[in-house]
Amino acid sequence: MKFTGEYRIEAPRETVWAAINNPEILRQCIPGCEEIACNTPTDWTAKVTTRVGPVKARFTGNIRLEDLEPPARCRIVGEGNGGPAGFATGGATVELTEADGATLLVYEADAQIGGKLAQIGSRLIDSFAKRYADEFFAAFARIVAEGETLPAPTAPASTPAPAPSSAPTPSSAPQPVAAAVPQGTAPSYPPNVPAHYPPQPGWRFDSQSFVIVVLALLLVFMTIMVGVK
Amino acid sequence: MAGFGIGQAVLRGEDRRFITGKGRYVDDVRLPHMLHAAVVYSSHAHGLIRSIDTHEAKQAPGVVAVLTGQDALADGLGGLPPYFMPSDMGGPPGHRTIRPILVTDRVRCVGDRVAVVIAQSAREAREAASLVAIEIAPLAAVTTPAAATTPGAPAVWDECPGNVCFTLEFGNREATDRAFASASLVVALTILNNRISANPIEPRVALGTYDAADDSFILHTSSQNPHGVRHVLAQSVFGLPESRFRVISPDVGGGFGMKADAYPEDALVLWASRRLGRPVKWVSTRSEALMGDNHGRDQISEAELALDDTGRALGLRVRAQQGLGAYVQSAAVAPITYAMRMLPGVYDIPAVHCSNSAVFTNCSPTGPYRGAGRPEACFTLERLMDEAAVLLGLDRVEIRRRNLIPASAMPHTTATGVTYDSGDFAQMMDRCLVLADWDGYDQRTADSESRGLLRGRAVTTYLESAGVFNERMELRFDPEGNVTILAGTHSHGQGHATVFPQLVHEWLGVPYDQIRYLQGDTDKVAFGRGTYAARSSLLGGTALHAAAQSAIAQARTMAAALLDAAETEIDFADGLFSVRGTNRSLAFVDVAKAFFRPMGKPGGLSLGFTVQGTAGGESPNFPNGAHVCEVEVDPETGAIHIDRYAVVDDVGHVLNPMVCEGQIVGGIAQGLGQALIEQVVYDPENGQLLSGSFSDYGMPRATMMPLHIQSELAEIPCKTNPLGVKGVGESGTIGSPATLVNAVLDALRSVGVTDITMPLTPVKVWTAIEQARQTTRDAA
Repeated sequence: MKFTGEYRIEAPRETVWAAINNPEILRQCIPGCEEIACNTPTDWTAKVTTRVGPVKARFTGNIRLEDLEPPARCRIVGEGNGGPAGFATGGATVELTEADGATLLVYEADAQIGGKLAQIGSRLIDSFAKRYADEFFAAFARIVAEGETLPAPTAPASTPAPAPSSAPTPSSAPQPVAAAVPQGTAPSYPPNVPAHYPPQPGWRFDSQSFVIVVLALLLVFMTIMVGVK
Repeated sequence: MAGFGIGQAVLRGEDRRFITGKGRYVDDVRLPHMLHAAVVYSSHAHGLIRSIDTHEAKQAPGVVAVLTGQDALADGLGGLPPYFMPSDMGGPPGHRTIRPILVTDRVRCVGDRVAVVIAQSAREAREAASLVAIEIAPLAAVTTPAAATTPGAPAVWDECPGNVCFTLEFGNREATDRAFASASLVVALTILNNRISANPIEPRVALGTYDAADDSFILHTSSQNPHGVRHVLAQSVFGLPESRFRVISPDVGGGFGMKADAYPEDALVLWASRRLGRPVKWVSTRSEALMGDNHGRDQISEAELALDDTGRALGLRVRAQQGLGAYVQSAAVAPITYAMRMLPGVYDIPAVHCSNSAVFTNCSPTGPYRGAGRPEACFTLERLMDEAAVLLGLDRVEIRRRNLIPASAMPHTTATGVTYDSGDFAQMMDRCLVLADWDGYDQRTADSESRGLLRGRAVTTYLESAGVFNERMELRFDPEGNVTILAGTHSHGQGHATVFPQLVHEWLGVPYDQIRYLQGDTDKVAFGRGTYAARSSLLGGTALHAAAQSAIAQARTMAAALLDAAETEIDFADGLFSVRGTNRSLAFVDVAKAFFRPMGKPGGLSLGFTVQGTAGGESPNFPNGAHVCEVEVDPETGAIHIDRYAVVDDVGHVLNPMVCEGQIVGGIAQGLGQALIEQVVYDPENGQLLSGSFSDYGMPRATMMPLHIQSELAEIPCKTNPLGVKGVGESGTIGSPATLVNAVLDALRSVGVTDITMPLTPVKVWTAIEQARQTTRDAA
C-alpha cells in the first residue's frame, strides 16, 4: 500500500533539515516514542510504546538511509517490528522544497504490513496512517515554526512518553498544503518541551533524520492497530 | 410412550440452561490459583526463526513463565499428527506432518504457535506476549493450491517438493474417456470452493490441570471429541498412558468439525500446568480463532460433464486440488475423500473419473467443516447440471429428472464405489417443487421486474454420506431404577440430551424424566468417538439400541426370577415384563431396582445394572433431498434478497422432527453464509491473513437469510441400520450453496452473466453485471 502526504512548514528549508535531525524533537513528536538511537550515520533504531485500548505494545524500528541529497531529499527504507502486533517494511522518498520562505515537505511511502496489522487493519490503515502522520507533522511544524529554543537532552525516558489522546480534534489536524500552520491550536503534546537543546552525547548530526519521520509513520501505523482486536 | 417417544417433537431439555445463561462452558470453569496463557503467533506466513527473545516478557508484571518450543523439546514433548492419512486406510502414500505444539525452526503459516506466556491474569499474559521478540527471516509463501503447484513454487515442506501431499483417485479413467468421446455435449467449468472459517459462537478454550498427587492431567477443552483429544495428547504429545489423562468437554457452543481434534493450545495448558503446579487457562479471541482455527473447503476443480443430446449424463470428469494449509491436521483427509467419492450424487452417471490432490500452502490447516467434502461434490455436480441444461436448452427440472437414480434401482452402486441402500430422489424433488410453488414463478417474476429487480430460481438435489467409525453407548441404572445414558457421542448443539432419552424411554419404558444424559468426560464415559459427520443418530442410536436390547435381556432374566417364571415365558412390551397368559407383570423400572437388593445375587446376576452397546459403523447412510431457492437481485447494487426457500429432506426414520428441522434450517443458513459472504482471504503475495476480524471476515447476518425456510421431512427408512435413521446434521449445508449460486446465476443470465464464484458479495455481483453489460455494449 502507498501513502503520500504534503506539509507546509513555516521555516526555511535549512532550518527544517536541521530540526528534523534533532532526535529530541523527533522523540517528542512521535507519540509514545521512548528512544531514538543512531547506530551509524545511515542506520537508526527507535522504540515506541503505545497503549491503545486495553493493549500495550512496543515497536522497534530499524531504518536505513539512501540517496542523500541534503537539504533537498533522501530515500529511506526500513522495517518496524511490533512482535505479535505485527510488522511493517517499506520505504519512502522525502523531499523538501522552498516555498516563499517556508518549506514544503512531500513524502511518498510504500509499505507492506504483516501479522495482526494485516489481519485486522488492512482496510483501515490508510485513514489511520494519514491521521497520525498529520499529528506528527502538526507537532513538528509547530516546534520548528515557533523557533523555540532547542531543547536540552532529557534523561532517557524511564516510562513511555504519553500517547496522544485517542483522536485529534479537527483543529489540531495538520493543514493541507498552502494553508497556514495553525498557531496555538496544535496538539498539547509534547507536554513538556525541554528548554534547551543540544543533542545527546554521541548523537551525530547528519542529514538523515528524515528517516525518523518515516520511521514514525511506520511505527504509528502499527501502534494504532494494536488495540483493534 | 405418548409425548416423549420416538418421532415426537419433544422440546429440547438443554435449551433452558442455554437460553438462561446457565450453560457450563469451559470458560465458566474457574479453578483456585488458576493462571492464564497467551500464545505468541507467527506474524510471517513462511520463514526461518532466527531468534526468540523472551527476556523482556519474563520481566513483565504478573508473568510466571514464558515457554518456547525448545523448552517443549527439552521436556520431551511431541507434536500433533493428522487423525489419519490415506495410507493408514490402504490409500496412496503422502507426507505426514507432525505439527509442533510450539515451532522451533521454521514457521509455515501466519498463526503458527511460537511461544506461550503464562501470567496471573489474561491481560498480563497478553501484554507480556507482545514483548516476546521473534526474529524471522522470511521465505516466499504460497496461499492457493494453484499457486503452490506452479513449477518453481516455494516448498512448504522440503520433504514434499511440489507441495502435493497426496492425490486420491476414484472411478474408471478409460470408461470415462470413452463416455466423453461418445458425448454430444461436454460441459466444462472451473469451480472454486472458497476457504471459510467455522466461527462457532463459543471460541476454543482450554484449561489444563496437572495433579501432582497422582501424576495425572485434567483438560477441560471445548471439543467435539474428548476421547480423541485424550488419545492424541497422551500418545503423540506427552508419551504417557491415556489413563493418566481426563478430558472434559462440558457444554460446547458449536464445533462444525473444527473442534474435532486436539490443537496445540490443548497441550500447552497441560504442559504449563505440569511445569508450574497450577491450573492454566487459555481462551481464544475472535481474531485468534479466525487465524488459528482449522479452516474448511478451499478447493479448485476443473469439472466436466459429458451428455448425450437428450440430456442424459454419460460421464463425469473432475480434476481437483484442495488446500491443506501448512499441516495435515485433524481429519483433513476426510473432505478430500468425500469431495470425490460423493460426486455422482443422486444421478445415474455410468462413468466417473475424478482425482483430488491435497496441496500444502502457507495457510492455516484445513479440516472437516460441516459437510466435509459433500458440499464441494454437490456444488460441482449441481453447477454442471444447470450449465448443461442451459447449453441444451432443457428445463432444469427436466434434465435432473432424466438423470435421477429411480427408487426402483435401489440399492445402487455409483461409479465411485458407493452403495446407496435406499432413496426416492424424484419424490424429493417433486415434493420440493410443490412446496416452493415452482409453478407460480412467472407471476412473481413479473412482480420483481415491476420493481426493477432480477428474479432467479434454482432446484438442486443433494446427497450426503452420514456416519463414520464405530461407537459405544452405555446405560447405567441406579438403585431407584433411574437410568443414565453415558454417550460416546458429543452433543454441541445437536440436541442429544433430548433425543437419546426419547429412544430409551421408547424402548425401555423408563419415564422420560427419570433418564439422565451424560457426555463429554473421559472419566465418566468409558469410551466414545464424539460427534461429527452426521454420525450420532446412526452410530449413537444404533449403539444405544444395542445397549437397550442388552438391558432388556438382562432384565428379562431378572424378571423371570422375580415373577417365578421361565425366561421364555416372559414378554416385554411398553415397559412391562409380563408372564405370558397371566396377569403377572413388572415394570422395567421395578425390575431394574432388583439389581440393587442388599443381599445375594438376585436372579444369579451381579450387583448393579450397567449395560453397553456397540454400533459397528459398517455402512453409512445416505440422507438426500431437494432444495428450491428464489432470489431477487438488485442490478443497481448487486444485493441479493432470498425471497423463497424450500427444502425436502429424506432423513429416514424421524426421531424428533423439531430437532431435525432445526438442524436442517441451521445447516442451510450456514451454507448460505459460504455462498453469500464468507471467505478467508490471504494476501497472495506474502501469505498475510487479511480477514482477521469480523470487520473483514463476512459473518452472515440474520437479515441475509430467508425469512422463512419451508421444510418438509420425508421418511424413507434406511435399510442398513436397525433404527432406519439417516443423518441430518450436515444436510442443509451440503445443498444450499449450490442452490443459491444457481438461483443467482439464473437471475443474472438475462443480463449476460454466465459464471460467478462464491462468495456472492454485492460488489462481486454488481461488478459481474457491469462487466457483462460492458461486453454487450462493446459487441453492439
